[in-house]
Amino acid sequence: MIPLKKALNSSIGRKFVMSISGIALVLFVIVHLLGNLTLYVPDGGEAFNIYASKFELLGPFLYVIEMGLLAVIALHIIWGVTTTVRNKRARGNNYDSGVVTKGGPSNLNPASRNMIITGSILGIFLVVHLWHFRIQKMFMDATVIIDGKEHTDLYSLVAASFQNPLWVAFYVISMLFLGFHLRHGFWSAFQSLGAMKPQWSKGIYAVGLAIAVVLAVGFLGIPVYLYIIGG
Amino acid sequence: MHDETMNVHLKVWRQAGPESEGRFESYSAEVNPHMSFLEMLDVVNEDLIKKGEMPIEFDSDCREGICGTCGCVVNGQAHGLERGTTVCQLHMRSFRDGETIVIEPWRAEAFPVIRDLVVDRGAFDRIIAAGGYVSVNTGPKPDANAVKIGKDLSDRAFDAAACIGCGACVAACPNASASLFTGAKVTQLALMPQGAPERGRRVRAMVDQMDAEGFGNCSNIGECEAACPKEISLDNIATMKREYLRAMFTDH
Amino acid sequence: MTTLDSRVPEGPLAEKWSKRLHDMKLVAPNNKRKRKVIVVGTGLAGASAAASLGELGYQVDAFCITDSPRRAHSIAAQGGINAAKNYPNDGDSVWRLFYDTIKGGDFRSREANVHRLAEVSTAIIDQAVAQGVPFAREYGGELANRSFGGAQVSRTFYARGQTGQQLLLGAYQALMRQVDNKTVTMFPRREMLDLVVIDGKARGIITRNLVTGELERHQADAVVLCTGGYGRVYFLSTNAFNSNGTAAWRCYKRGAHFANPCYVQIHPTCIPQSGDYQSKLTLMSESLRNDGRVWVPKEKADVKKPANEIPEERRDYYLERKYPSFGNLVPRDVASRNAKYVCDEGRGVGATGRAVYLDFRDAIKNQGRDTIADKYGNLFHMYEKITGENPYEVPMRIYPAVHYTMGGLWVDYELMSTIPGLFVAGEANFSDHGANRLGASALMQGLADGYFVVPFSVGNYLAQNKVEAISTDHADFKRTEDEVTAHLQKMLDVGAKGNRTVIEIYRDLGEIMYDQVGMSRTPEGLKEAITKIKKLQNDFWTDVKIPGSGDEFNKMLEVAGRLADFLELAELMARDALHRNESCGGHFREDHQTPEGEARRDDENFCYVAAWAFKEAGEPELIKEPLEFENVELSTRSYK
Repeated sequence: MIPLKKALNSSIGRKFVMSISGIALVLFVIVHLLGNLTLYVPDGGEAFNIYASKFELLGPFLYVIEMGLLAVIALHIIWGVTTTVRNKRARGNNYDSGVVTKGGPSNLNPASRNMIITGSILGIFLVVHLWHFRIQKMFMDATVIIDGKEHTDLYSLVAASFQNPLWVAFYVISMLFLGFHLRHGFWSAFQSLGAMKPQWSKGIYAVGLAIAVVLAVGFLGIPVYLYIIGG
Repeated sequence: MHDETMNVHLKVWRQAGPESEGRFESYSAEVNPHMSFLEMLDVVNEDLIKKGEMPIEFDSDCREGICGTCGCVVNGQAHGLERGTTVCQLHMRSFRDGETIVIEPWRAEAFPVIRDLVVDRGAFDRIIAAGGYVSVNTGPKPDANAVKIGKDLSDRAFDAAACIGCGACVAACPNASASLFTGAKVTQLALMPQGAPERGRRVRAMVDQMDAEGFGNCSNIGECEAACPKEISLDNIATMKREYLRAMFTDH
Repeated sequence: MTTLDSRVPEGPLAEKWSKRLHDMKLVAPNNKRKRKVIVVGTGLAGASAAASLGELGYQVDAFCITDSPRRAHSIAAQGGINAAKNYPNDGDSVWRLFYDTIKGGDFRSREANVHRLAEVSTAIIDQAVAQGVPFAREYGGELANRSFGGAQVSRTFYARGQTGQQLLLGAYQALMRQVDNKTVTMFPRREMLDLVVIDGKARGIITRNLVTGELERHQADAVVLCTGGYGRVYFLSTNAFNSNGTAAWRCYKRGAHFANPCYVQIHPTCIPQSGDYQSKLTLMSESLRNDGRVWVPKEKADVKKPANEIPEERRDYYLERKYPSFGNLVPRDVASRNAKYVCDEGRGVGATGRAVYLDFRDAIKNQGRDTIADKYGNLFHMYEKITGENPYEVPMRIYPAVHYTMGGLWVDYELMSTIPGLFVAGEANFSDHGANRLGASALMQGLADGYFVVPFSVGNYLAQNKVEAISTDHADFKRTEDEVTAHLQKMLDVGAKGNRTVIEIYRDLGEIMYDQVGMSRTPEGLKEAITKIKKLQNDFWTDVKIPGSGDEFNKMLEVAGRLADFLELAELMARDALHRNESCGGHFREDHQTPEGEARRDDENFCYVAAWAFKEAGEPELIKEPLEFENVELSTRSYK
């Protein structure tokens, strides 16, 4: 038996934390996108506002879930940053020729090389995004009546925001980084957990690409779509 | 073909000792394309010695790709540009006439430079000492055929056991991780029934030692497998992770 | 006259080793901790000996010249390891392995030693399997065997083409386990430069730290030398760059006798030298001769033509012509010698004219390219990597290269040299292979010595020799270190002013040895070689050029020191070859051959081990250990 504290600080245990939190976040993001698909419904935001209002039913549990989610994100960030620091230190001087790949089975590509950069950008995005829709929502006055019930009109905030091309650009670019992050991250999580056989490797890597593309396109399509229909 | 020659320009890392500052020096050489890379360095060194300069120090021994002694980074690639090859088996015919070749030592905090291209890979020995063995003493043993081991299993164990301990995986890894080296030994011994009784203790001890040596973490990039002269598969790292996960929850 | 006591036990051959084991004195467990043993070299013999001694509880200091004990040249052995397991049920037995080894050694080895080797061979396999060595297996899960080197039984165990690597890693891991248990202390990047003898007993060594250049003193109750062979005396050989004879030679100069230095094995299927920049040759498995046909052009005029343009009638398949029944499968020495003859005639091919063709054209035609690729794919790939030529399309070029040295320090039955407390194991001793070694027997001997002989015989010696603990400040340690310092300084002093590089002189030595003390020898050639070697010794000590200093990492200084010793060993080899007026095994004298060109042994006058004793002044003294064959009848081989 390996004590948990020791295990989670080992090079392998650190990656377990990264993998499990990473997979949890992917699952969250998938659910998030499924909900957000309501934004594509051309009904003036009715479906979206109904969907958004469902969270209010959770009452205080919503905060518990959100705190849990934030904890997972914090774990992912803290372990990710400290692991990267350790990695940089392990290399010491870099090669004069830089990083050159021999190709073959290597997955060395912009995605795998820049996880800390794409991850950091996603971290910044997250702060902005939370302020933009989650925090501002708490102080919103605008409401809408749907089926006789009063809901916060989050849609109006979303739709209005994405009339600003700068917001659109910010979201589109951030979501491209999400795609990059997942392009390596998804496969990597399975490999790090040892949930991998050589014959699965290519398959999981391909699924990782599919998920990265679907999530990135699904999300970045929203601001673009709203910008177009709103304009 | 005996008369063929080619010119190469070398940019070689020179460092007098572990504490000294290193720097690149440039050399030019007229070489035969049939030379191996290390023979080319031998020729350059002969010239340096004749000129009263210190030769470029590098490690090499068997010069047939099995002992794992040699190794340097050639044009940014561990053991040079060819796959499945140690630098002693690399030949000058794979370079262009007039090419500039950059030669550097393995770079990793856990592999301090001793001199020029020579590094200290004692960390690998300490990882093996921590648990990379089956605990049997010399002495009477059951007949070798007493335990049958299927050919497929045995072949997989062999694939992992083919590691020559050269350190190219660490050199090529952007994080200087020793996961492929450690994973290969963990896998070989975990697969074989002889090694099974102590597999938990083994993976724990080897990973502890690997971390204590200051190697980086595995980011699953796979440059190690691409650089490995024995083409040891990344799968061994996945196996090591499983072994570790298992060891977290079991006693053996 | 000095005589040698081989300490072979009395009694029937098959009972000698168990009788000796019963008679051996033991060291009590609590006393073992207080006894220290030095093991020099970490190849198969050294790693296995150090690990086993550590397991027994002795304090062991182990030394190697490479950066890790795992690099020793045992790692490069490809073919396999023999053991009399008789798993294929083809009639093998301890007796048969013993007999094949004695006969293969051309009746120049000690019966009792060889029998013990055959006896413990089976335990080696059991031991290696218990360590997790991944030997080749059949689908049913049992170990696979193959026939090797012309043996009539399949007794060779193998791990793909990397048997030496896997066995060495097994021994290395056992060694590192003892390092972790703190019974063994490992000293890598150390070169042994002298033996410290106190009161006539081996009590320590002087090493040079190859990183800092410092000289270090190490004391012990016994020293085990496992430093391999001296094949690099030929400069070009299949031995590794760092393989050398220095440790053994320094022991010789301290009183250990050197036995049969002229017995050298030359392997016929190596990749030829491509240019004079080369310092190392690569061996290819001799299994290639099962399907490849060896030839050279009949006419000198054709040697530079592309091989495929030389028509059938202008090719000389000389092995098939001279040895119709064995053809291309004649033993290693016969194949090697004949390659030399055709090249001496000027019919050699390739850039240097020192190569013969090994042609797979007919085999590919008859069996199909796929079958040949199945059998030899790896070797073909390796050949192509090194030469840039595709052996499926053009014939391979091969030439013999020095591969193994049967001679070595003289040891008795318990592997102790003539210096009490100095044991010698593996290729470094002379003991088991006689004048010629069988394929797949080197790994067997190294591990037999290290796992199953040295641990017992060292214990037996320690139990009977209660030596006082000694400080490394002892006068004899100081004196020995001073001598090493003086030797190094002398070399550096010459080296600072000289003009000829170490490699230039080394290459000259190699040429002399290869031409005149190689696979075919004549009295005139040997005498000339001795003169040339003496001149080269003089060249070295007056004109060698060595860069740098002694107190730093300095590879060329290491090589220079090894060359200085090789220059002396070379002379002894030539002297030994000259005195042995017969042909046997790896020693072929052109003046001792049958009219058919076969080796002619002289059992009446030369059935002995030639052990040479160093003399400070004058020539070395020859001491003979007569070989008595009580169990086998001396026979002559024929391959016609």
